[in-house]
Amino acid sequence: MSHSTATPAAGNPEKFEFLVTGDHHAPNGTLLGFWLYLMSDCLVFAALFATYGVLSQNYAGGPSGADLFDLPLVALNTAFLLFSSITYGFAMLQMQQKKLQGTMFWLAITGLFGLAFLGLELYEFYHLIHQGAGPQRSAFLSSFFTLVGTHGLHVTFGIIWLVTLLVQLRKYGLTTANRRRLFCLSMFWHFLDVVWIGVFTIVYLMGSMS
Amino acid sequence: MSDHDHHHEEEGPHSTFSGYMIGFMASVILTAIPFWLVMGDVLSSRNATVVVILGFALVQILVHMIYFLHMNFHSEGGWNMLSLIFTVVLLFITLAGSLWVMYHMNVNMMPSMMTEISDSA
Repeated sequence: MSHSTATPAAGNPEKFEFLVTGDHHAPNGTLLGFWLYLMSDCLVFAALFATYGVLSQNYAGGPSGADLFDLPLVALNTAFLLFSSITYGFAMLQMQQKKLQGTMFWLAITGLFGLAFLGLELYEFYHLIHQGAGPQRSAFLSSFFTLVGTHGLHVTFGIIWLVTLLVQLRKYGLTTANRRRLFCLSMFWHFLDVVWIGVFTIVYLMGSMS
Repeated sequence: MSDHDHHHEEEGPHSTFSGYMIGFMASVILTAIPFWLVMGDVLSSRNATVVVILGFALVQILVHMIYFLHMNFHSEGGWNMLSLIFTVVLLFITLAGSLWVMYHMNVNMMPSMMTEISDSA
């Protein structure tokens, strides 16, 4: 009996090759691993959005979103982040054409848009705290600062990563490792823009209506 | 065959200029309309505005996923999509569950209800 089970496998080597072709599509698990990190980060933001959703009406007699939010400023910030997404896309296209200078140029532009976004957000935070609408004022403001601040912190780390990659690219060029890093940062950067869609819709637009 | 080899060497998705531009233009439109709806106070009903802007946000998230993050059903042998679906399910449970439970807690702990209880006691 044991002999008969071994014979078809030995006489049919294609069966084994099928397994190999199925496996060879992912030569390096980095991109999938990074995607899984982003998904877990997504859950962090889900928890923060849920917290904000629960607490967003608890003003404790303090100012509401309609009193505080400056929508033209938020629109400008949204534009900055969207522009940084498309310029990162241009950097990826330059990378595909193996153009180092072009990649670095568009990466730098992306970083500048990211800095502009961050600067405007810090200005907004400073302005709110100066008005007495800091995170201690009410549950609404605590959850607002936590959610928007966490997103801003992600952008900060994205910019640090971007500058680090610029140095790496300058030193070593478009090596396989650097291209992989650029792919990872690309996912991170676009992911932050996706989170921002939720932030400006749920926090700023819906907050301004109440 | 050579195409297959090229794909190997160039790890990650292949992006195109037109793909990025389509995604960008769609995102600009899908961002501008909700801002216009809220800032211009276009719809008289608050609830209608909320539903519409949430719809726009959902569509824009899909646009970003497809044109910027290059999501599809076959990248990384389908594991990208599978983990995304899993995350979306958890996201839905977290958000809907929290809002639902806390809403009912709030309603049942209303100050008016507290006085009713103390009145009857």
